[in-house]
Amino acid sequence: MGLEKFKDRNVGTQNYIKLDLTHPPKDGWSKFKQVLSRAVQPELFVGLWVTLREMNNALFRGKMHTTQYPLEKLPISPRYRAIHDMLRLLESGHYRCIGCGLCEKICISNCISMDTRYDENQRKEVSEYTINFGRCIFCGYCAEVCPELAIVHGGRYENASEQRASFSLFEDMLTPIDNLNLQQEYQGFGAISPNADDNIKKTPLAY
Amino acid sequence: MSEMQSVENMVSIKIDGVEYKAKEGEYILNAARANDIFIPAICYLTRCSPTLACRICLVEADGKQVYSCNAKVKEGMEITTTTPNILEERRAIMEVYDVNHPLQCGVCDQSGECELQNYTLELEVDSQSYSIPDTKRETKNWSSVLHYDAGLCIVCERCTTVCKDMIGDAAIKTTKRGGAALDKSLRGNMPKDAYAMWNKLQKSIIAPSNGTENTDCSDCGECVAVCPVGALVSRDFQYTTNAWDLKRIPATCAHCSSGCQIYYETKPTSISDRTEKIYRVTNEWNYVSLCGAGRFGYDFENRVESKDTKAFANAITAFNKAKVINFTSVITNEEALMLQTLKEKKGIKLINREARAFQIFLDFYSKASGNSLYTTDFKEVMKSDFVMSLGTSLRNDNPNARYAFNNVQKMNKGAGIYFHPVGDTLVPTFGRTIEVFNHKVGYEEAVLLLIIELFADKDKLPNSVKEQLDRAKLVEALGGDSAKFEKSFDKMMKKKEKFSLIVGEDLYFHQKAENIAKLIAVLENCSDIKVAMIPPKTNSLGVALICDLDDEADGFTIGYNASGDFRLSALGDGDLDMPAMNQQEGTLTNMHKRVTPTNAGLDYHGYTLNDIMKEVLSAPTHTIDWTPLLPTDKGFKAIDFDSLPNGYSNDGTENRGYLLDTSTVEVGDIEVNKFDDSIALDGEIAYRCNPQRQFSDFTDKAHQIFEEFALYASPKKAESLGKRVVVEFDNGNLELDVKVDDRMAGDIVAIPDFKSAENIYELFGASRYQKVIIREV
Repeated sequence: MGLEKFKDRNVGTQNYIKLDLTHPPKDGWSKFKQVLSRAVQPELFVGLWVTLREMNNALFRGKMHTTQYPLEKLPISPRYRAIHDMLRLLESGHYRCIGCGLCEKICISNCISMDTRYDENQRKEVSEYTINFGRCIFCGYCAEVCPELAIVHGGRYENASEQRASFSLFEDMLTPIDNLNLQQEYQGFGAISPNADDNIKKTPLAY
Repeated sequence: MSEMQSVENMVSIKIDGVEYKAKEGEYILNAARANDIFIPAICYLTRCSPTLACRICLVEADGKQVYSCNAKVKEGMEITTTTPNILEERRAIMEVYDVNHPLQCGVCDQSGECELQNYTLELEVDSQSYSIPDTKRETKNWSSVLHYDAGLCIVCERCTTVCKDMIGDAAIKTTKRGGAALDKSLRGNMPKDAYAMWNKLQKSIIAPSNGTENTDCSDCGECVAVCPVGALVSRDFQYTTNAWDLKRIPATCAHCSSGCQIYYETKPTSISDRTEKIYRVTNEWNYVSLCGAGRFGYDFENRVESKDTKAFANAITAFNKAKVINFTSVITNEEALMLQTLKEKKGIKLINREARAFQIFLDFYSKASGNSLYTTDFKEVMKSDFVMSLGTSLRNDNPNARYAFNNVQKMNKGAGIYFHPVGDTLVPTFGRTIEVFNHKVGYEEAVLLLIIELFADKDKLPNSVKEQLDRAKLVEALGGDSAKFEKSFDKMMKKKEKFSLIVGEDLYFHQKAENIAKLIAVLENCSDIKVAMIPPKTNSLGVALICDLDDEADGFTIGYNASGDFRLSALGDGDLDMPAMNQQEGTLTNMHKRVTPTNAGLDYHGYTLNDIMKEVLSAPTHTIDWTPLLPTDKGFKAIDFDSLPNGYSNDGTENRGYLLDTSTVEVGDIEVNKFDDSIALDGEIAYRCNPQRQFSDFTDKAHQIFEEFALYASPKKAESLGKRVVVEFDNGNLELDVKVDDRMAGDIVAIPDFKSAENIYELFGASRYQKVIIREV
């Protein structure tokens, strides 16, 4: 690149569109007229009418728009990342986590740890699992990396508590077994895309 | 040794257009690795024979496709590591390996260090073109330590190869799987080598070679180490952690004098208990092979949470009035030097039975031969093609000596002679040209005379030796058939160039040790045979070099991991706790004459010997500050601990610590005594010998080593003895259970010495063999 462009310092010659502005009022009277014409418009009363109507609706017709938190809560996006949920398999009710340790590995704030063991059924059992919510930054990597969609972010954003430890145990995050039918499939960060089937090249099988 | 390396001819080869030097006769794969060039290979193991199971190491040499693991380099060879055809083959091979391989990497122990994962990614396998019906393959527990998941196995045969070529057990083999046959139309339609590999893979699986469900082996776990996938894992380790969570601490194994390179792999015990724990021991399996004790006997640490000031004060008082220190060879060079300093400054006597016997023997040998140390190491023994073993129960005393003996037979088309009074059924299976002499106890000199007669240049021999040589008579005396031996010896000697002799502890604990040492010196002077000695215990060589040991001593005794009036113990049962070998840093001198560093795998919060030294005399801040102070006149070097390396380079060169300097002085003629059989033992004989995987109290403490403190006998002998016996020695009795050792033969029974509390050395005295009376109780 040559130096010509740098030497052309005439930067003010773009094609600005100039507004067709009238001249500002000069004397006191014309100033007063401008204020009056701008302030006293019928629209003011339209606005006042809307307020009165909504007040009437809210107070006397039961059509309140304000969310009465904490008595009522707004629905949140499935992509919202709050306290984790541990999901179960719908068929067997067994927890989905296989103890692969990928969440533990990927966690950038190093707050997940798990103990695994060889159990009586010759399977890998997760004997203990914790997340330190004092450190968790809710980045969602754990949910994204989880191959089983076992750890996901839930909607429990109210994590003010006397002890953050109240949230950190596997059992607390796990879907209660009696609420298994209410367990929602996770749609958020790390969930499979709606067209996942189209994107997958199937492995040939001989049977 | 460096001389010998330079003698080896170097050739120049071109790999991918760049010129490199390689050793003549080396496989292309090894030559490439030595020059840091990557050629994918799954089934090949350095130091073992190529199996051609994976065929992925295909390269083009001088325009022809060859397998780099079994094609040797030639002068001017031009090698191309990738051609379009080779890439196609490799990709197809990896696809085939992935057919029906379970996709549950999440629960597999190998995940993260799996070669199947790595090569699948390396060769960018993102789709699968092949398929075949799967066969049901059962998971099995082969032994107390081995877990085999056939479903994960890719039948690379590394486990069977290492078990046969290195370990010598040959306890596992490939067997028929009964899988579906390949579609014939694939032949010609898929890459040729991939088809051949698949055809073999589809038919085979690994199983114990004795036809039962359990392996009959020494449980060394080397098969677990070499397994590229998660098919073979240790039962204790299975599913407890992921590879990437473990911290690897380079160390030296503390159990026997091999001083193998190991890594302690640690991680916090659990979520609630954050103290570090050793989960497993791994090794650089291409260059070093561990035994069961090294691999599974790792949890012998002495957990001490705080400094016990009261016990420490007692220890200082004890040291101030001590007359004797009694210690074992499981000790670092630095600690040995501290004890030696105590001897020099305070006149405390040092007692270490096994190291003392070895020290005396080395002394006899040096005086006779003029060599400051034995002349060869076990790496060199592995390169020889005729190996003999004398005075050691090869299977029990030192696993690495046994691996060397076996490896020579398998890799160098070697021959071997095994001289030992105790019959062994394993050694003869190492190769086809092995002669075994189960000679009488006390005939060790006759063995050396026979070896001299067989190999020495007769003109150089001193007269005192010459007049004793009568081949036929010696062979007969050692229990052989001279005519038969003559014939087989001729066969053994065909095309043999490098000879070596392994000698062991029987000779150090021997009434005629001096004469034996002289005979060894004569043998070396007058023949091409190089002699390697096995130090009796972990650091016996280091102790023998550093400490000025005493024979007998009286008075107030401090026992360091041994008996005494005040006991320092790393086993946790003494008056003051000491760190165990996996909790301290320092150096060990191993049988390869190498001073190797070891690091602390686990925390230790108590007092160390250096702390005592600081109080009693004066000492530097850390134990490792003693490292550069090790005696240079004995061959040690003044090198700081922190600058000692601990690893191997890609061509297999051992970069661990440093080699001891050895020197040679001229000596006069050697006069040997006449051999007489007056000390030969007859009747019921007990042999001081540990079961495999047991070496000391420390192996015994480890939870995966369970070989008992018992009397071991051959199946036939055990039957005649009964279940539990009293063994009567001249100076005491011992009551023991009788255990069968399938691999023993003959009537001599073995009594272990790994429990120091049992005072076995006292019972046996100056010999490894004793006449005993055994009766059933």
